[in-house]
Amino acid sequence: MTSAKTMFEKVWSAHEVAPQTAETPAVIFIDLHLTHEVTSPQAFTVLRERGLKVRRPDLTLATMDHSTPTRTEQVFGGAPISIESAAKQIQQLEINCAEFGVELLGLQDSRRGIVHIIGPELGITQPGKTIVCGDSHTSTHGAFGALAFGIGTTEVGHVLATQCLLQKKPKTCAIEVRGRLPAGVTPKDLILAIIGKVGVSGGTGYVFEYRGEALRALSMDQRMTICNMSIEAGARAGMIAPDETTYEYLKNTPRAPKGKAWDDALAYWKTLPSDDGATFDKVVEIDASSLEPMVTYGTNPGMVVSVTGRIPDHRGDAVFDAAMKYMGLSPGQPIAEAPVNVVFVGSCTNGRLVDLRAAAQVLSGRKIAKGVQMLVVPGSQEVKRLAEAEGLADVFKAAGAEWRESGCSMCLGMNGDTVNKGEYSVSTSNRNFEGRQGIGARTLLASPETAAASAVLGRVADPRQFLRA
Amino acid sequence: MTITTIRSRTVVMSSTNIDTDQIVPARFLTTTSKEGLGNALFADWRYDAGGRPRPEFVLNKPEAQGCRILVAGRNIGCGSSREHAPWALVDYGFQAVISNEIADIFKNNSLKNGLLPIVVDDATHAWLLQNPGVEVEVDLRASTLTVPGRPAVGFPIDPFARVCLMNGVDELGFLLSKNGEIEQYEARRRA
Ligand code: SF4
Repeated sequence: MTSAKTMFEKVWSAHEVAPQTAETPAVIFIDLHLTHEVTSPQAFTVLRERGLKVRRPDLTLATMDHSTPTRTEQVFGGAPISIESAAKQIQQLEINCAEFGVELLGLQDSRRGIVHIIGPELGITQPGKTIVCGDSHTSTHGAFGALAFGIGTTEVGHVLATQCLLQKKPKTCAIEVRGRLPAGVTPKDLILAIIGKVGVSGGTGYVFEYRGEALRALSMDQRMTICNMSIEAGARAGMIAPDETTYEYLKNTPRAPKGKAWDDALAYWKTLPSDDGATFDKVVEIDASSLEPMVTYGTNPGMVVSVTGRIPDHRGDAVFDAAMKYMGLSPGQPIAEAPVNVVFVGSCTNGRLVDLRAAAQVLSGRKIAKGVQMLVVPGSQEVKRLAEAEGLADVFKAAGAEWRESGCSMCLGMNGDTVNKGEYSVSTSNRNFEGRQGIGARTLLASPETAAASAVLGRVADPRQFLRA
Repeated sequence: MTITTIRSRTVVMSSTNIDTDQIVPARFLTTTSKEGLGNALFADWRYDAGGRPRPEFVLNKPEAQGCRILVAGRNIGCGSSREHAPWALVDYGFQAVISNEIADIFKNNSLKNGLLPIVVDDATHAWLLQNPGVEVEVDLRASTLTVPGRPAVGFPIDPFARVCLMNGVDELGFLLSKNGEIEQYEARRRA
């Protein structure tokens, strides 16, 4: 028996209010509850019906991102929000937060943005915390060494009322990444390759810990891209051990601990990484150094191929056949021949500053192809400001792209930013499900670099041709 | 609401990876209540562009009417955490979903809404996929599924969720009863 523990086990056991028994799940305390307009209204209704309060408003933060408009005139100019039910939902969140005393970063707040982007920006996403949100991409926050996962609306109600959740302990899976990513190959390509390898349900029941040299070399923005898509392999959460990069990032954020509290926090954070010799229930290995830019060709994020490759031939497999029919693509076809109508750069996967820089680097001095619509949607208002200050917005506009206010936008098309039926979209988001970006929309997931290169050529393109130093 | 047994014919949707974006497309998520979501269930598969039911879609077939058990291909419920997915299934009239693999968050959300997520072995799953419309019986007390002409098969279910479903116990009530322990925990953390 060894006493070496994984990072997950350390965070889990530090939050057990009551341990799991044969009859009951564990009661787990939640350090940070993020909430948004789409998955919270019915939870607040339950509180109201049962006469309950929000137990810890100080650990709860609300924002609006999913159904919010991205057109400046609708956000700031008083123009009506195009979708009436979305406007109502936004208003309902304002009412709920006011009534229950929850801090809300509302539509016009300068700190507003996609919920998984603003938590880290504000510095409330921290190592060792348990973080939940009624959103499956809560896994993003695991990049800081937090245990962060998505919950349903009933559970949103549980956390609002008790600051706790009933949870069964998941298993652990180490994703060992060997070697370094080659030039022009990004964290998005790495996570797509991992999902391709593990499969879209291979992580079910597990918490991933991404490990290895390649991850140590990444910035926090980049680590978030990886943890973000853990759920696309079915995993409950994805974690990366905190290190100097993590501390450096947090140090300058507005709500990170200061002074003595910082020193104490730092000392604790340094105890979190998995001990040498800690064992995981499962181990997956992947070699980063042999990867190429990746693009999805099908209707789940595991259907992925390198940008220089051809669509594989799995005819006879029902999932594959249905995907080919939906996508209008054929087995054996080079993916780089796939046409492009729309390019979307944004989302909680790739809507941070480094992502916009990467796309701008490809677009700088170039124009997007005729007939292609390109939408660049910063992940938060903070990202928007920084990108404008750096001149990235000018690069996008000069190239012919649209520059919007922050939000989820075309990642799920709830706010009316959608792709037309049958059109091809190269998107930096995380899901290529049927209809995700609009009824009949055909989504190819890729990195910001690949998305920008595809916008320039009007077909799926290898970004490395534009990135030579 | 309490559940002990469910007896129904099955509807089979054999697609693998039926994600929650298919179960309820995002544009229906601007609702602030749970009611009426049954109309949005599988909307993009169920209706044509003009909003008319597509006769070839399985839920629109006469023999599917009144069925309360959905047999789905592997990994149903993957993707978005939207609880609107089980809400829509329940609002439509389903009481159980059977597959050989069910995604985590969807499974959790289903249990909280009186929708039984039943994971069966591959052989039983394959048989169910090949025999749509058979009458099956789910016994929650024994955690078994019985199909005609085959021995009953057990299915795993979280013991706490099972008790909650059978006795109509509500998880929020259980958590609220832990208030003393939560206060102690908070005090420990402040120390
Ligand atoms: S950007 Fe997309 S994946 Fe991220 S929270 Fe918004 S809708 Fe969900």
